[in-house]
Formats: sequence, structure tokens, C-alpha cells
Amino acid sequence: MTKRKLKSPSDLEKLRQEILSKRDPKKSCITLCSGTGCRAYGSEKVVAAFQEEIRKQNLADEVDIRVTGCHGFCEKGPLAVIYPEEICYTEVNTEDVSDIVSQTMREGQIIDRLLYKDPNTGEKIIRESEIPFYKHQTRRIFGNNLKIDPKNIEDYIALDGYSALVRALFELTPEQVIDEVKKANLRGLGGGGFPTGIKWETTRNAPGEPKYVIVNCDEGDPGAYMDRSLMEGNPHSVIEGLIIGAYAIGSHEGFIYVREEYPLAVENTTIALDQARKYGFLGRNILGSGFDFDISIYRGAGAFVSGESSALTSVLEGKVGKPKPKYVHTAVSGLWEKPTNLNNVETWANVPPIINKGADWFASIGTEGSKGTKIFSLVGKVNNTGLVEVPMGMTLREVIYGIGGGIIKGKKFKAVQTGGPSGGCIPESLLDLPVDFDELTKVGSMMGSGGMIVMDEDTCMVDVARYFLSFLREESCGKCVPCREGIKRMLEILTDITEGRGKEGDIELLEEVSEVLRDASLCALGTTAPNPILTTIKYFRDEYEAHIKYKKCPAGVCKELIEYLIDLEQCTGCHRCVVNCPEEAITGEKKKGETYKIDQSKCIKCGVCLDVCKFDAVEVR
Amino acid sequence: MNLENVEEILAKYKHNESQIISILQEVQVLHNYLPEEALKYVAERLNMPLARVYGIATFYKTFSLEPRGEHLIRVCLGTACHVRGGPRILETAERILGIKADETTPDYKFTLESVNCLGCCALGPVMVVDDEYYGKLPPANVEKILRQYGYSSSNKEEKDD
Repeated sequence: MTKRKLKSPSDLEKLRQEILSKRDPKKSCITLCSGTGCRAYGSEKVVAAFQEEIRKQNLADEVDIRVTGCHGFCEKGPLAVIYPEEICYTEVNTEDVSDIVSQTMREGQIIDRLLYKDPNTGEKIIRESEIPFYKHQTRRIFGNNLKIDPKNIEDYIALDGYSALVRALFELTPEQVIDEVKKANLRGLGGGGFPTGIKWETTRNAPGEPKYVIVNCDEGDPGAYMDRSLMEGNPHSVIEGLIIGAYAIGSHEGFIYVREEYPLAVENTTIALDQARKYGFLGRNILGSGFDFDISIYRGAGAFVSGESSALTSVLEGKVGKPKPKYVHTAVSGLWEKPTNLNNVETWANVPPIINKGADWFASIGTEGSKGTKIFSLVGKVNNTGLVEVPMGMTLREVIYGIGGGIIKGKKFKAVQTGGPSGGCIPESLLDLPVDFDELTKVGSMMGSGGMIVMDEDTCMVDVARYFLSFLREESCGKCVPCREGIKRMLEILTDITEGRGKEGDIELLEEVSEVLRDASLCALGTTAPNPILTTIKYFRDEYEAHIKYKKCPAGVCKELIEYLIDLEQCTGCHRCVVNCPEEAITGEKKKGETYKIDQSKCIKCGVCLDVCKFDAVEVR
Repeated sequence: MNLENVEEILAKYKHNESQIISILQEVQVLHNYLPEEALKYVAERLNMPLARVYGIATFYKTFSLEPRGEHLIRVCLGTACHVRGGPRILETAERILGIKADETTPDYKFTLESVNCLGCCALGPVMVVDDEYYGKLPPANVEKILRQYGYSSSNKEEKDD
């Protein structure tokens, strides 16, 4: 690896040619996903096994191993893709390694058992890009994760990395960079949807020096992990975007703020920053342009509200991360009361391609108001959990069924929740909604950072609303009264409803309190907190009424409103439930199914009997 | 208490108060929690009011002012895990250990916490013990896993006494 500092664009070009000349596109290369999801499946052991096996079979000179960030198809991890043929193996474990090396990498044979099988057609699919999960995506931003070892800057350079920076620094004025971003109509992909170019311009024109730029990687929405996967898998794309933004805005100091739950993102970003500094992309006189800029990384400590822009600047100042009143925008008075531009990870990652390929290219896909692509994390009761990048405007149905493969175990779809705790639940009748900033807001939800949580018939919507309010109660910083008290009261009402103490008028009261929060809270955490309640009332009012009027939970979730019963016709008397019941609430004589009974006064509704029963003989009513 | 290693951490961050979170994180790694003396020392050395350091130490979920157990059990309650049965995993762990979330067993063997999202939603519901992930976890398997980390019913019984 070249350790020399690059002093000009031609130095970078020379290095790029040098890297490319050493790489043979025909050489066999195995790409192993090592994002957080695959690591949780044990991919690190798989990587070690490949290294060992390749050494053992003396193939070190003939094949490469590339350990990459998240590929996105988390459902089927650990993932391995073998190039140049692009053979995709799913659910690879250490026992498969020697077969893959000796049969596929040595002999070019395909191992049938490791291929992805389409659950609908039963067809085995060889090439990664042919798998329906990938086939219907447009991976402009996320696609490079598969081609890059995030710990090696040369992988990024080989893919034209930092060429957009060269173009910005040497061919464009800061104003031209801002114009290009404005023309592209790039909007804040962290959820706000504010036009990025206008934000940059405001910061640039705001009086006061120095100016700061910040990457917000405090991805707090539960069920959303695309920012983490970009930061882990392709940190240089974010760093390059940030340097370009800093140049456009006139900033010389930047910050990357990463949530504490993301240790791997911190690790890979720290390495990437060190490498960028060594190669001369950060520091004084970047590539001989005369522009100085450097970046520090900060770790969060577990507080959802700290991802709010004014709260985040407080954290960087060493204070408690609470939001400030926004009489003045962060762009004008942010970090240390200086003009500060804050964008989310995905927004920054979109900047280099816009500069390289132009605003027209960027805006060639998308909808009227939302251009380009958006990465969603498609999770919950969906068959293909994973990260999905699609053009703005694709319908929910195409995402959930076309890419996500529909609902687990063929159950009935009930709702999809977008926008995190500030978002809402969208019902089946709106599945053909094109997904963009404005459409989601129209139906009472929002884009948020891109979490898309699929819910099926077994999900109770009142419980979901209660879940989000309990999340928000914990995360409300307590500074303003409407949010601090309002969320608490709404949570009490929802808890009462789910525990069988709901009464007439509760729904109306929830609506009334919601209005106060919307009007009077200090920051977006409070003003959007009613969304999960209002959308579930709007689209699933019957479920609320079943809880309140009939003291029933139709989905069978709310413990106080359900009973576990033994279906005597199905019961074989295997005794598993009796053995496993922690409260000794089940009695019955072995092999005599008709004698089994649950003592409701002892039953704590833990559901263990339901889990252990192999004969579907436990019912929830 | 040996405060020399706390001083080393402070030096590493150049006694920069804007790095207070990272400093406290490292102090916590050192001691497994944030001891009062260490907080006082950090406040004094950074020339910050103790109230502000305390404010930060109690605002963020990651910090603990109480000693924690030998093994940290985290149950994910992100939305995806919630709809896939995460709460039942937490309830099961609570029942087995005889403690509630955010508590530690009396013998300091286990601390149980819930987390808002670990970002490995494909594995939901997920429980993490120290750094080991247990995904797609049926509640019935929780006890078996805890036994691997030395759980026996005695962890619970001490508390019942």
C-alpha cells in the first residue's frame, strides 16, 4: 500500500492507475459480508476459516478474500459472493468453507445447497443480482458496499473514490457546488427532508467564523440501520461527501457523531479517517488545492433525542444532549453558536455521485418532489429482512412483496410502520402508495430515516402505539412540559386500554392531548410523538374499540385480555407443556390429551406452552 | 481508589471537556460502572461543576452509577424485535433471574438491560450476552443460554431470602 501523501490530482490519478494495474478483474475473489448482522450470525469465524483454508490449499496467490461491510440481504447471512462469476452463497457456515474453496474457487463448480432458493418458484439462483431481493433495487449508494473492504482506502480509490472531491476542489467554485446540489434537489435523508443545497447556502452565508459541518450518525429510530451499514461499509463515501460540503460551505472543521450502539462503525470510520489523513484527503492543503479541513469522531452514549440537530451540537460541546429552542436555526447558530451544517450519513453519501455525475443524473429518477433513491431497512414480519435501496416513488407493495418477498409464514399483512417513533402505521388499503417524503406525510406518517417495519395479523396496533409511547417516554429529555407530561399521560391511557381498563372517551382524550403536543412541544420529538397514536386510531379504530368496549385483544397480544387454553382435540398428552410451564399451572395425565387443563389463576401468560407445543394444541383467545 | 488510570484517560483526551462522554465511557470500561470518586475527580480535573458531570452520567442510558454484574445481558426491544416477541424474551429473562430490566443479580453475576435497537433486525428477537448474539430466539431457550454463563437457580434465590 502506498503510504505517500498525495499532493495533487495527478498524484491521485497515478495511484489509481497503479492500484488498478495490480488488480486482475478475472482473478477469483470471494467477498464476505461482515456487517453487524452477519457478524451476529458468526461471519467472523467464517472469514477466519476461509483464510485458513486458502492458506492450507496454497491458493493465496490465486484468490483474494475481501471482507466487506453489509451486503443488505441480512435474512440469509452470512453471505459470500464469488467474483468474477458473482456466485452468491447464502447462510454460509464454517463447515461449508472447505467445499467452497476446493469446489467453487478451484474447480469453478457451483454448490447447489448453498444457493438461494426462490420460495415461490423453488428455483435456485446463482448470480446475486438475479435474486429478487436485489434485482428490483437500484443500488446507487449502497451497491459499493459489496466491492469495498472498508478498512482499505485503496478499494474506494479503485472505484473512482475521491474523484468527486478533485472535481469540486479544482473545477468548481464553492457556489457552483452548492448550485449543483440545489439543482439535484437532494433532500435531507435523515427524515427531515429539508433541501440540502439551501441548508448549505444558509450556513455559507451566515455571519460568523469558523463554520462547522457535522455527519449525524445517531441513527436512533428502532428498526433502522442503513446509516450504520453505510458508515461501517463505505465510510470514505461519507467522508468524501463531508469534505466537499465543507469546501462549499467554507468550513475547516468537521465532526462525525456515531451512536454508541455502533462500535463497528466507530472502528471503521476511525481507520478511514486515519487513512484519509495519511493519503492527503484531510489536513492542510488537501491535494495541493489550498483547502484545509479535518474531521474528528465523537461517540454517543445512548439517548434518542441527541440525534436532533440542536441537541447533537450540545453533545459535541460536552453538555447534556438536550434540544434548544429553535428561534435561530443551527445553520446560523449551532455548535459553539457558530454557523453549523448538519446532515445525515446517507445525505452526505449522495454528494460525491452528484458532483461526479451531475444533478441531472441524480434527478433522473424519483418523484416530482423527491429525487434519487432512498435506502430502507425492511424489517419485522417480512420474509426478506434487509437493506433495500429503491428509487423514490416505488410503492409500498413493490417494496414489501416484490423485494421483501411478502409476509412470514404467509400470514396476513396488517400495517407497515415508517418513520420510527415519530412516524405512523400505514394500513393495507394504502399499499399502493408511492413512497416519498410528501406522500408519507400526507397519510400521517413520515419518511424518517428509513425504517420500514412490517406488521402482520398477530400484531396488536394498540400495543404498537403503547410501545412507541413507552419508547418516547424514556427518551423525552423532560425539558418542555407538553412532551414530558403529555407523553406520560398518553402512555397511561394506552396502558389502561391494553390492560383492560380502557373507558369511553379515551380515544377522544388521546386525540386532544395529541393536539397539544403537536402545537406546543419544543422539538420534533414532542411534535411528532402523537403520530403513532393518531395513525393507529385513524386506520385501526376497531382494535381500540375491541379493547375498550369488549375487553378483547383481537391479535392476541395484550396479556390482560387473553387466555391460553388447551385444545383437547389436538392435545396428545405429550406432557411438554406441563414440564416447561414455569408456574406449574398446567395439569394432565400423560398420553391422555383430554385431561389437560390450564389453571387460569396460576397462568402468567408467558406463552411457553404455546412455544413448546408441537401439535398446535395451545390456543390464545 | 486508584485514580491514576482515570488521569491517563483524561490525558488521552487532552483534558478536553467536550470529550466528556468518551472520557466517562472509558472510565466505565475501567471500573464496570462510574464510581462517585471517579466522577468527582473528572469534574475537578476538567474544571466542570460536578452537577454537570452528574447530569451527563445520568442522562445517557449507557452509564451506570451502580456496579454491574460480571455478565451483561441485553435484550433488544427495537420495533422489529418488539413485533417478533422481544418483550417475551425480556420477561423470560426477568423471571429466570428474579430481577427486572436495569437490575443486577445480588451476587453480581448478571446485569439485565433492554436496548432500543441493535440493528440486526433479521435476527429478531435478539438477546446479547456480553458480545455473543443469540438470534431468532425462542423464549424457551433463554434459560439454557444463561446456564452457559454460570446461571443456576442460586443466583435468584439469594434475593428471595
